[in-house]
Amino acid sequence: MTKKFSKSTLWFLGASILAYAVLEILISTQILNTFWNTIIRIGGVMAIVSIGLNLIYGFNGQFSLGQWGFYAIGAYAAADVTYRWSINKSADGLVVLFLATTLSGIVILWLRKKLANIRGLDPLSAFTIYLAATIIMSALAWWVGIAVTPAVTGALNILPAPVAMQVVFVIAVLLSAILAAEISFLFGLPILSLGSDYFGIATLGFSIIVKILLDNSDTLLGFVEMKGARGMVGIPKETSLFWVFFFLVVSVVLVRNLLRSSYGRAIISVREDEIAAKAMGIDIAEYKILAFVLGSFLAGLAGGLYAHINGFLHPNTFNFIKSFDPMIIIVFGGLGSITGTVFAAFAWALILEGVLRLFLPQGFETWRFVVYPLLLLVTMLLRPKGIFGEYEIPFLRQILPPIRKPAETPENNSTVEAQS
Amino acid sequence: MTGTNPSAANDPLLKVTDLSKNFGGLRAVNRINLELFPGDLAGLIGPNGAGKTTAFNLITGVYYPTEGQINFKGQDIGGLAPHVINQMGIARTFQNIRLFPSLTVLENVCIAYHSHAGYSMQDAILRNNKFEVQEKELLEKAQDFLGIFNMQDRQGEIARNLPYGQQRRLEIARALAADPQLLLLDEPAAGMNPNESIALMDLIHFIRDRFKLTILLIEHQMRVVMGVCEKITVMDFGEVIAYGKPDEIQSDPRVIEAYLGRGAAELSEKLQRSKTQ
Repeated sequence: MTKKFSKSTLWFLGASILAYAVLEILISTQILNTFWNTIIRIGGVMAIVSIGLNLIYGFNGQFSLGQWGFYAIGAYAAADVTYRWSINKSADGLVVLFLATTLSGIVILWLRKKLANIRGLDPLSAFTIYLAATIIMSALAWWVGIAVTPAVTGALNILPAPVAMQVVFVIAVLLSAILAAEISFLFGLPILSLGSDYFGIATLGFSIIVKILLDNSDTLLGFVEMKGARGMVGIPKETSLFWVFFFLVVSVVLVRNLLRSSYGRAIISVREDEIAAKAMGIDIAEYKILAFVLGSFLAGLAGGLYAHINGFLHPNTFNFIKSFDPMIIIVFGGLGSITGTVFAAFAWALILEGVLRLFLPQGFETWRFVVYPLLLLVTMLLRPKGIFGEYEIPFLRQILPPIRKPAETPENNSTVEAQS
Repeated sequence: MTGTNPSAANDPLLKVTDLSKNFGGLRAVNRINLELFPGDLAGLIGPNGAGKTTAFNLITGVYYPTEGQINFKGQDIGGLAPHVINQMGIARTFQNIRLFPSLTVLENVCIAYHSHAGYSMQDAILRNNKFEVQEKELLEKAQDFLGIFNMQDRQGEIARNLPYGQQRRLEIARALAADPQLLLLDEPAAGMNPNESIALMDLIHFIRDRFKLTILLIEHQMRVVMGVCEKITVMDFGEVIAYGKPDEIQSDPRVIEAYLGRGAAELSEKLQRSKTQ
C-alpha cells in the first residue's frame, strides 16, 4: 500500500537530501577541506543533542543540565564497543552492551506495568526496585555475554572487515543511546518530582559525577582502554557525513512525529501548567519521564557519533561548563522550536569553531570566546525569544484543520449565545 | 439531609463522609459530609479561608485526605492521583484560570481528549494509518466541541490572548471535553463584570442540561450562587454549618453569623421576628 506524503514532508525530505548531496560534492571536490567537514559533522551532532534538550526544557519545561552527562555516557560507551572490536578484535563490548540494555529494558518495561497498579508508591522505593533489577540484569548480561562472545565475533568476521566495522559502529551508537536512556530513566525517577530549579541542580550534579567517573575510568570503573584523565585514543573514525545526516533527519522526524500528536500535546501541557495538566487527566510524572528519557536517548546517540569523529575522547570535553553549550543553542535558536535548534547548532559550530577561528588574527584565536558571548548578548537583546522564537518550518508545524461548523443535528443546535 | 430531593431514590454520585484534612496543626477541613445526586446543581459557599477550595482539592486528588472517605459512583477515590480521578469522570476548573496559555484554543481542548486518544505512542511515531484516522477524528471532535460553545472561530488563537470571559468559557469547555459526570467549578465568576456573570449563569444552566451533568460550584458572588444553585452547602472554619435551598440559607442565622458576625445574626433574627409579628 502506498502512502501519500504531504507537500511539506516531500519538501523537507527533498531539502535534506539536497543539502547532503551538495555538501558531499563540495567535500569530494576539496572545496570544503577536512577542517570544514569536521565542523559540519560537529554541528550535526550538536543539533541532535540540542533537539534532545529542547524536548526536555523547551517542550517539557524541565530545566536540565544533565544532557552533557548523557552525551558523555553515549560517547564513551560507543567508543568502548568499537575500540574493543577494532583493536582487540573482539565483540565482547557489543555483546555485553546489547544484552545489558535489552534485558534491562525488558525488565524496566515489565516492572513499569506491574508497579503502575500500586496506589501511592513512593518514587524512591520504585527507584530501588528498578535499580536492583537493572544491576541483576547487567550482571546476567556480563555472565552470558562472555560466554557467547566468540560465536558472535566469528559470525561478524564472516563479513568483509569494513562492513563489519560499520555494522558494529551503527549498533554501538544505537545501544549507547539506549544505555543513556535507561540511565536517565533510573536517574529521573527520584528527581523528576523536584521543582524546576532543584531539578536543574540535581542534573548538574549528575553531569559532574559522570565527568569525575570518566576522569577515573581506568581505575575506578576498570575500563583500562579509556585511560582515565589521559584521554581515550584509537577509536575508529567511523562517523561520516552520511551517518550524521541520517541520524539528524531521523531524530527530527522522530521528535516531530511525537510532538505533533496527542502524546506531544501532553508533554507540552506539562510545561504550560502542571496542575491544570493533572486535572485534565494527564499523568505528568509519566510525560516528564518520557521527555527526559527520549531527550537523553538523543544525547547518547549524539555522543556515540561524536566519539567517532576525531577518534579521541577526553573527560575535559564533558566538563560541566561545556554542558551549557546545548543550553545556549536551544535558547539562541528558540525554546520550543526544532527549526531554531538545528539552525543554531550549525551556526554555533560554524561561527565558534570555524569562522571566528579562521578570521581572527594569528594569536588571537582564543578571543573567539569573547566575540561569541558578545554575539549571543546582542542576539538575546534583539530577539529575546531566540532567533526563531516558536517558528517552525511547515513540516514541523502543528497543522490546525480548517474551521468547522458543528454538525447540524437537532441536539447540537442548542449552542450558547456568544457573549462579548 | 436530602429528603426533599426527587432523585433521592438513586444512589448519590458523590458521597463525602467525615472528610478531614490537616496541614500540620491546622485543621483546614473538619469532618465534612456532602452528597451530590445525579443532576444536582449545588453550591459551596463560605467566608474566605473556610476550606472550600481545600475540599475541592481533596475531591480531585490534589491533596491526600487525613481522614474520611470520598465515594464517587460507589468507588472510594480518596488519595487517588488527580489524573486518575479525572479519567473516572470528575473535571474541575480553577479559581485563577489555568489554561495552557501559549497553546491554541483547539489544542487546549485536545489535551483534555488525551486519555481518549485512540492510538498508541508507537502509532504516533510511525505515523501509520491508525494515527492519521484517529488524530483527525480527535481534532474534529474537539472542533465540534468548540462549536457547542460558539468558539470554533477562535480555534487558532493563543489562549493567553483571549478576553477574560472567553478564557473562563474555554476553561469550562476544556473541563467538559473529557465527558465527565461531575463538574467542580471553583469561583467561576471571580473577576467578572455583571454582564459576564449573567452570561456565565446561562452557560452553567446550558451545560448542565446539554451534558446531563452534576455541578458543584464555589462562588462568592451571591447573585450567581442564589441565581444558579438549587442546593447550597455553607462552610466556615473547615466545617459544614448549613445546608439547604437558597432561601433557607439566606435566612439561616448561622450563615449570617459566619458572614457578618454575631451582632448581625441577632439583628436579623429580631427583624424577622418583628416581620412575623
